[in-house]
Amino acid sequence: MSLLDQVKADIRFTEACQSCINCGVCAAICPAADYFPYDPRIIMGLVIEGNEKQIHDLLSSEDIWYCGQCMSCKPRCPRGNSPGTLISILRSVSIESGLFQNSEQGRMQIRIKRGIGHNILETGYCVHPFRLDPKQHPELGPVWEWMTRNNGEVYTHFDDSFNQEGGRLLRKISSQTLAELKRIFDISGCRDLWNQIEKCQVPDDPGRNTKN
Amino acid sequence: MTSYWKDYQKEIADDNFFIARSCIRQTFFPGAENVIIDILRNRLNINIIEDPDHTTCTGIGYHGDVVPLDTIMTVIARQFSIMQKNGLENMVISCVTSFGIYSEILDLWKHHPEKKNQIAGYLEEATGRTFIEPKNLVHVSDLLYKFRHEIAKIAQYKLVNQNTGLPLKIVDHIGCHYAKIFRERGIGGSEFPQVLKGLITVLGGDVIDYPERRHCCGFGFRHYLIQENRGYSISNSRIKLESMKPFEPDMIVANCPGCTMFLDRWQYTLEQMDHSVYGKDGNKIPVISHEELVALVLGYDPWEIGFQTHQVDIEPLLDKIGVKYNKDEKYVIRNRRVDAGAHILCGITVQD
Repeated sequence: MSLLDQVKADIRFTEACQSCINCGVCAAICPAADYFPYDPRIIMGLVIEGNEKQIHDLLSSEDIWYCGQCMSCKPRCPRGNSPGTLISILRSVSIESGLFQNSEQGRMQIRIKRGIGHNILETGYCVHPFRLDPKQHPELGPVWEWMTRNNGEVYTHFDDSFNQEGGRLLRKISSQTLAELKRIFDISGCRDLWNQIEKCQVPDDPGRNTKN
Repeated sequence: MTSYWKDYQKEIADDNFFIARSCIRQTFFPGAENVIIDILRNRLNINIIEDPDHTTCTGIGYHGDVVPLDTIMTVIARQFSIMQKNGLENMVISCVTSFGIYSEILDLWKHHPEKKNQIAGYLEEATGRTFIEPKNLVHVSDLLYKFRHEIAKIAQYKLVNQNTGLPLKIVDHIGCHYAKIFRERGIGGSEFPQVLKGLITVLGGDVIDYPERRHCCGFGFRHYLIQENRGYSISNSRIKLESMKPFEPDMIVANCPGCTMFLDRWQYTLEQMDHSVYGKDGNKIPVISHEELVALVLGYDPWEIGFQTHQVDIEPLLDKIGVKYNKDEKYVIRNRRVDAGAHILCGITVQD
C-alpha cells in the first residue's frame, strides 16, 4: 500500500480533508504557524496533490510535528476541513512507516512515549503529581514544589482518600484495572506503535528528559 | 456557511450522571473537582455517580501521538461500560480534552459503525466487557450553565466590586476542544461562546470581548511535554495576556483544567523572565475555573476550594468581591501548618 493510500485509509480522513480550496484561513488562525516555520495550508495542498514522493518527504519532515492540536483551524475552515485531524493521521503513518526518525521532532516521540505513555499504564493517569518533577518544571512555580512535597500531603487536605485504592481524589488505580488497560493497549495496536517508536530510536537521542 | 444561535443549543439532561474525572484538574487543582461534585449533589440535588474502575481517557497520549485511535476508542468504550454497569445513561466530563475525545469518538462511530463493532471486539477480548453509548454527554460547565439561575438564587456573593459597586470585568476562556472540534456540542459554538458568559452574567459580572478571546492558551500537547518546545506554549499564553491587558480584567475564568493551569503558571513564568505583569496596578490576573467560580459565590471557604494551589494569589479578587477568609489559614493543612518555608516562596510571609 502506498503512503498516500495509508493516509486515506484512516477513517478520520473524510472528516479531515474533503474539499480544500487552499484559501489559507487555517494558516491565518493557526497558533503553530505564528511560532514555527509551519503552514497547514501547504500540508493540505500536498496531500490533495497526492504525489507519493512529496508525501514521503512530508512524512519525513519536521513540518507535521509543529501543530499544537488546538483544532482552531476546524471551525474556521469555509469548506469543513480539519487540518489538525489530517496532522494526526500523517503522524500515525509517519510512525508506522518509520519515517518519523528522519526528523528531530519526530524522534522526540520517544520522550512522550516514555513519559505520558508509561504514566498511563503504570498509574492509570496521563498526568499525576508524583510524575511531575518540579526540577524539570520550574514554570509550575514554587506552589508546585509545595504541593508535591511529603508525598503530596497537601492533597489529603481536600480528600482523605487521596492515592487510596477505591478512593475519590486521584485514587490509586487497582492492579486489575491497570491490567485491563495493558491488555487493551496490547490488543488495539498501541504496543506495536510503542515498539516501533523504541525500535527507531537513534543512538544519539537516548530519550533524555523522559520524566515529564 | 451560515450558522444560527439555535444551532448551538444542546440537550443537557436534568439528572443521573456518571462523572469522568480529569487527570489535570485533580493534579493541579485538587479542590475543584471535589467541591463541584459536592455542589452538584448537595446544592443542586443532581445524582452524580463515580466509580473507582474509571481511568484516564488517555487523551493527552492521543493528541501527543503515542496512543493510536483504536486504543483510545477501546479505553473510552471501557468507560462507557463502567457507566452502564452503574445503571446510568448520561455522562458528565470534567476535562475539556476528554470532552473533545468522547465527542469525536461518538461522531466517528456514527459515521463508521464497522469501527464501533471492531472496538467492541477489542474491548470484549481485552476485558470481557460490553458497552452502550451514553444518551447524553455533557461537560461540567454545561451543567453549571443549565442551572445558572438556580445557582444565582442561592449565591452569597455577586461578581461585583464592593468598592465601586461596578460589575467585575472578567475574561472567559473556553478550552479549544470544548467547541472547536464540534461547534454544535458547545453552548454558543466556538465563535460566540455562551457557556461561561451566561454563567458569569447571571452572577453579576461583565465579560470582556478582547481581540484574542478565541486564541488557544498554548498547551500544544507535545509542545508542552517536550521541554525544548515549551516556548510555543508560553508564547501563545502571552499573546492572550497582552491582548486582554488593556481591558484591566479582574480575573480569568476558564472551563478547561489545562487552560486554567497554563494561564496561571505562565503569568508567574513571564514575570520571572522579564517582569511582565498583565493585571491592573502591577498585579497578576487571578485565573479560576467554572467550578471554583461557583463554589466561591456559594460561600465555600477559599482554602477548601483550593485557591492556595494556584500560583497567582487570589486574595485581591476575594477582597474585591467581599469574601470573608482567614489569610493565616491559606497554607494550613488539616488544622496544622506544613512547611512554613512554602509561605515565603509563594509570596506570603506568615508569622508562626
